[in-house]
Amino acid sequence: MCVCPGPRRIAIPVRSSRLPLLSDAMPAPAHLFPLIRNCEISRIGSTACYCHHRHLCCLPSHFAHSHFRYAPQKKFAALYRPKENFNHFIHTRDHASASQRFYLTPPQVNSILKANEYSFKVPEFDGKNVSSVLGFDSNQLPANAPIEDRRSAATCLQTRGMLLGVFDGHAGCACAQAVSERLFYYIAVSLLPHETLLEIENAVESGRALLPILQWHKHPNDYFSKEASKLYFNSLRTYWQELIDLNSGETTDVREALINAFKRLDNDISLEAQVGDPNSFLNYLVLRVAFSGATACVAHVDGVDLHIANTGDSRAMLGVQEEDGSWSAVNLSYDHNAQNEHEVERVKTEHPKSEEKTLVKQDRLLGLLMPFRAFGDVKFKWSIELQKRVIESGPDQLNDNEYTKFIPPNYHTPPYLTAEPEVIYHKLRPQDKFLVLATDGLWETMHRQDVARIVGEYLTGVHHQQPIAVGGYKVTLGQMHGLLTERRARISSVFEDQNAATHLIRHAVGNNEFGTVDHERLSKMLSLPEELARMYRDDITIIVVQFNSHVIGACQNEEL
Amino acid sequence: MFLRVLSDIQWRAANPKWRRMTSSRRSTSTTAEPHPVSLPAQAQVVICGGGITGTSVAYHLSKMGWKDIVLLEQGRLAAGTTRFCAGIVSTARPVSIELKMAHYSNKLYQQLEQETGVPTGYTKTGSLSLAQTQDRLISLKRIASSLSVMGIPCEIITPKQAVQLHPLINIHDLVGAMYVPEDALVTSANVSLALATAASRNGVQIHERTSVSHVTVQKGRVTGVETDRGRIQCQYFVNCAGQWAYELGHSGEVPVHIPLHACEHFYLLTHPLAEPLSSSLPTVVDPDGRIYIRNWQGGILSGGFEKNPKPLFTEGRNQLEIQNLQEDWDHFGPLLSALLRRMPGLEALQILQLVNCPESFTPDMRCIMGESPTARGYFVLAGMNSAGISYGGGAGKYLAEWMVNGYPSDNVWPLDLKRFGTLQSSRTFLRHRVMEVMPLMCDLKVPRWDFQTGRQLRTSPLYDRLDAQGARWMEKHGFERVKYFVPPGKDLLDLDHSKTFYKPDWFDIVGAEVKCCKEAVCVIDMSSFTKFEISSTGDEALENLQYLFSNDLDVPVGHVVHTGMLNEKGGYENDCSIARLSKRSFFMISPTDQQVHCWAWLKNRLPDDSNLTLEDVTWKYTALNLIGPRAVDVLSELSYAPMTAEHFPSLFCKEMSVGYANGIRVMSITHTGEPGFVLYIPIEYALHVYNEVMNMGQKYGIRNAGYYALRSLRIEKFFAFWGQDLDAFTTPMECGREFQVKLEKGMDFVGQEALLEQKQNGVYKRFTMFILEDHDTDMDLWPWWGEPIFRNGRYVGKTTSSAYSYTLERHVCLGFVHNFDEKTGEELVVTTDFINQGEYEIDIAGQRFQAKAKLYPFSSLFTQRRRKDEVELSGYQTE
Repeated sequence: MCVCPGPRRIAIPVRSSRLPLLSDAMPAPAHLFPLIRNCEISRIGSTACYCHHRHLCCLPSHFAHSHFRYAPQKKFAALYRPKENFNHFIHTRDHASASQRFYLTPPQVNSILKANEYSFKVPEFDGKNVSSVLGFDSNQLPANAPIEDRRSAATCLQTRGMLLGVFDGHAGCACAQAVSERLFYYIAVSLLPHETLLEIENAVESGRALLPILQWHKHPNDYFSKEASKLYFNSLRTYWQELIDLNSGETTDVREALINAFKRLDNDISLEAQVGDPNSFLNYLVLRVAFSGATACVAHVDGVDLHIANTGDSRAMLGVQEEDGSWSAVNLSYDHNAQNEHEVERVKTEHPKSEEKTLVKQDRLLGLLMPFRAFGDVKFKWSIELQKRVIESGPDQLNDNEYTKFIPPNYHTPPYLTAEPEVIYHKLRPQDKFLVLATDGLWETMHRQDVARIVGEYLTGVHHQQPIAVGGYKVTLGQMHGLLTERRARISSVFEDQNAATHLIRHAVGNNEFGTVDHERLSKMLSLPEELARMYRDDITIIVVQFNSHVIGACQNEEL
Repeated sequence: MFLRVLSDIQWRAANPKWRRMTSSRRSTSTTAEPHPVSLPAQAQVVICGGGITGTSVAYHLSKMGWKDIVLLEQGRLAAGTTRFCAGIVSTARPVSIELKMAHYSNKLYQQLEQETGVPTGYTKTGSLSLAQTQDRLISLKRIASSLSVMGIPCEIITPKQAVQLHPLINIHDLVGAMYVPEDALVTSANVSLALATAASRNGVQIHERTSVSHVTVQKGRVTGVETDRGRIQCQYFVNCAGQWAYELGHSGEVPVHIPLHACEHFYLLTHPLAEPLSSSLPTVVDPDGRIYIRNWQGGILSGGFEKNPKPLFTEGRNQLEIQNLQEDWDHFGPLLSALLRRMPGLEALQILQLVNCPESFTPDMRCIMGESPTARGYFVLAGMNSAGISYGGGAGKYLAEWMVNGYPSDNVWPLDLKRFGTLQSSRTFLRHRVMEVMPLMCDLKVPRWDFQTGRQLRTSPLYDRLDAQGARWMEKHGFERVKYFVPPGKDLLDLDHSKTFYKPDWFDIVGAEVKCCKEAVCVIDMSSFTKFEISSTGDEALENLQYLFSNDLDVPVGHVVHTGMLNEKGGYENDCSIARLSKRSFFMISPTDQQVHCWAWLKNRLPDDSNLTLEDVTWKYTALNLIGPRAVDVLSELSYAPMTAEHFPSLFCKEMSVGYANGIRVMSITHTGEPGFVLYIPIEYALHVYNEVMNMGQKYGIRNAGYYALRSLRIEKFFAFWGQDLDAFTTPMECGREFQVKLEKGMDFVGQEALLEQKQNGVYKRFTMFILEDHDTDMDLWPWWGEPIFRNGRYVGKTTSSAYSYTLERHVCLGFVHNFDEKTGEELVVTTDFINQGEYEIDIAGQRFQAKAKLYPFSSLFTQRRRKDEVELSGYQTE
């Protein structure tokens, strides 16, 4: 691509630092379907998974993309769905006419990509935005059906600050759903001063209208469960009553509040499942919540104070604009998985030495679970007795589910799993332009450096796309024309999106080896049948928070 | 830098002073240098700007005998836009005066090298304008028609012929082309230096590295120039500062508004082809691709006018912006695509450079010349709209004539600075407008084009009411005027699709409005017209106006007089209606774009007398024109006053009440020859009176109408409009308006002598009305204006306006007929017989249509509905 040598290059084909998504596995993405037809199933399965997890360096297992990996007894039919369906799918494709090959049109692609997009702009007061947050864009693209990721965003009304979070569920979406509904209330309550807590309690006691605690910013698809709201509310009330009783008198520390909220919610989830509910629907719900799991990555922004509380392998990343206009990424969370040495170390210290070999197998907790911290997942927290008792007394649906009955191997000293988050504090600087919270679906396909660049260029309107200069180099009109056409294509894909998260998903799914969006590839990835989609990509959920550098700069100056 | 390096500096040899300076200057170019020649303390003329326009003005002034001239240049001669410009001399211009300027420039540059000894790089290459669409071909044919009648060789050729002239052109998407063999290429900086050399030989002092800080004006006259090297007293100042002309105009205490704004302009230079391009290959202009391509040192030079121009220097001279003037390849991309589409064989050609050269553009795509209305002696020549080389020579000549003789040798009103006022001087307006103007350089120029930016600046109080009723708007001098009303439920084409040289989509709409004017009554909002009041404590007003205006204004109070405001040569500076409000006060109605010009003309000629007041009351009145036979009924019902001809004769003015509103100035004129009234309404009553008129008019079938209906009516009635048909080179004698001149009354007035001479010796051109005979309104190209008129197969003049007459069901063109001697081309007297005894044809884009010439309007057609004492028309017949 580079048409002239020398330091002042004319061509700036930004070569993506990440590996291409499909091209390693297949000679050319353009032949995706024919290739599938012609290949052996096992080979495709493994290559697909290989692609998927090349950052995680895990085994080329058929199920490696799932957070869970089960023993190879092949006894849990449900868990083999992907393969079986895959098999079936390939089969039917075999008989389909060879010319049956369809592409989505760009508008169709856009309607899929934009179905879940949501934007929120912090309102301005007197023409001034006094918040350090300008607003946020969020979006999610399902691979599972139904999607197991969740997202939440809310403004704290009784304290300052804004809460944003992404939640990646596994073994169903129940836990992620519950956490997305409940966690922010727990955090908000933990942050409330004593007087406000009292006021709220008094209001509830006397049946008066309650002070609103959170203002939610929800996409119409982000639902709250109506049936469980009473149950959830009671648990929350118990929590704040305890907080009132505890009244430490100290000012609330955000880090403490976040940790307490996470732990408390996970505790409540566990308790609710143990206690059960007379309502059979609710009873089944709380059990599903407890037996499924979810990771959470939550940001609390208040002025220049940014706290990230992370549990699991979703990730928070700060986009920083350097003085020369380029973009760099700063990690604000650590993944809690086998790739994190400290995390492995922590798990090992929490259990007897005898279990050292069985604790982490094949990069998974007890050889099964990828994230090392999570909400729910009582199978990794409760004692065997408790699990058995709850399942036996539970509804039939639970009993029929092979997965819930299955006890992890080498399960000696529970709990093996915790929901306690790791909290990182960052003081925002004017060069910190945006924050990306995303589930591992994004980070598996894109390097954070690319994420920073793509979002940065998107938010600044690609003003910083390096201008081309011919200088003294030999360039022909034809070469220049080709180069300009390519650059235009890149810019036009930016203007297609009004939402930074959508733009990022477009790149994550559609990027070719040159780091530009390839419509053909995008079309194919999005038209994969439900059963197959999960083989090529994970659910992706992204929140891009844009900061107001002026406010941040002003805050800094005040402090100086 | 290449151009600069190429440029020889021989011109300096002519002046020994320059030789001394030259050596020291070349050695140190970055540090400030001493100026060995000090500035003179005074001069007759100071010219600011050493580009093509400045040097051209200096050249022509010195040729015309003015010697005491100083030319100041802030940097070096020909170092600004002139140095960077592409050097194409192209005569294919749609506006006649621009065509003449380009033609003159071409002839001037051709002999310049011989005259001065400075090599100008003049090469006659010819030019090829390509058409990708039939519409484009029509517009080229129109230009070809006007070039041909000027004696400029030019032909419309097929794509195959085009490729023979330039082998690199891809002709697959072409429908035709225009070839102008005499168009040329020059090295623009050298042309400028050659002009400077000649001027310097003629005594013009040239000072480089001298910048003008401001111009001092006292009592409305230029007195001197302040520079960074001291002050020069002068009588005349010429602002040729190019894109800095706006700023310079605003630097003085009395601002001179020069509405122009710079845009970045890009062109590409390449290395030579493997087999270097011949320097005689014609320049290719592909307006549909928005590009031009010329040969350049064996390679090509290609630039264009993109759809999304980049305006700059909005906030004035900005060092940062100047430094950032870099190549912008992404911006140039579409033009590069167009280039490779036109010449696919150039793919392998190696790029040398992408040049970014800011050009200044004006709000109406025409350059700006003339004298400031606020400071006498302050002349301007700037805003060349990227055609500085093509126009430079001719424009310099016209301006020099203007300064020396008081007026140029041709009608330059389309370029006159006074067509603009302060209202076009807003930076926001200019920034937005030039972004529209620059792409327009390449857009198809169809009849009745309206600018889309910088609109809704001046509006009538009725704007919203009219808009809600389907009004479609055009703009004149910033004022929104209704073209026509789209009836509810009817849709017109969108802007781009409505562009046509044929029958427009509003044809039936305007037809209905005209019909209503003829049979019932219509209302047209005519608030845009310029309105002045002149009054005095004694008889000064009458005395002065009698001298300045050609018709007798000493009429009874309440009478309205049509009169010209003539120059010394008897030509129309303005054509207006003046109502005598009282013994000592007059109310004057002039065309909209006269606001600045007429004001300056009167201010400069009225004595500085505190008893005499001149006031611009344009903004105070909303004007409603009630046209049609039932206007009488509507107005009498609203005022309870008899409005019949006995009580309210034609050309009468009276203040009366309309509805609840009192003090409405009602005049029995309509500017169309139809019966009716114009109501001058103090603006706060405008809505009330409009509502009353519309309510009352309902039973008489009243409806809104627009200017297109008005145009059709006035043209079929042979009414000339100033600015369109009349100009400073047209006398009342030439357009059958002798009856509007008080020649017999023994009163002295401006232009009298010239008119008397014409009366005695006859006129050399005659305003004539043509009715197209074999023209199919539905199928044929419509006339516009500027179409050549042929008498017995010989060119005799051009049309000035045209319209479809719904009454005659024919097209009517108005225009001037000359009588050129068959052998010498000398202009001979035009007699009535000459007009009447000829077979006429009108050339529309190369196609000739038979036309019937008439010197008087059709009277019989209209009499049945006209009142007996219709003075407005009867005047014509008494001649």
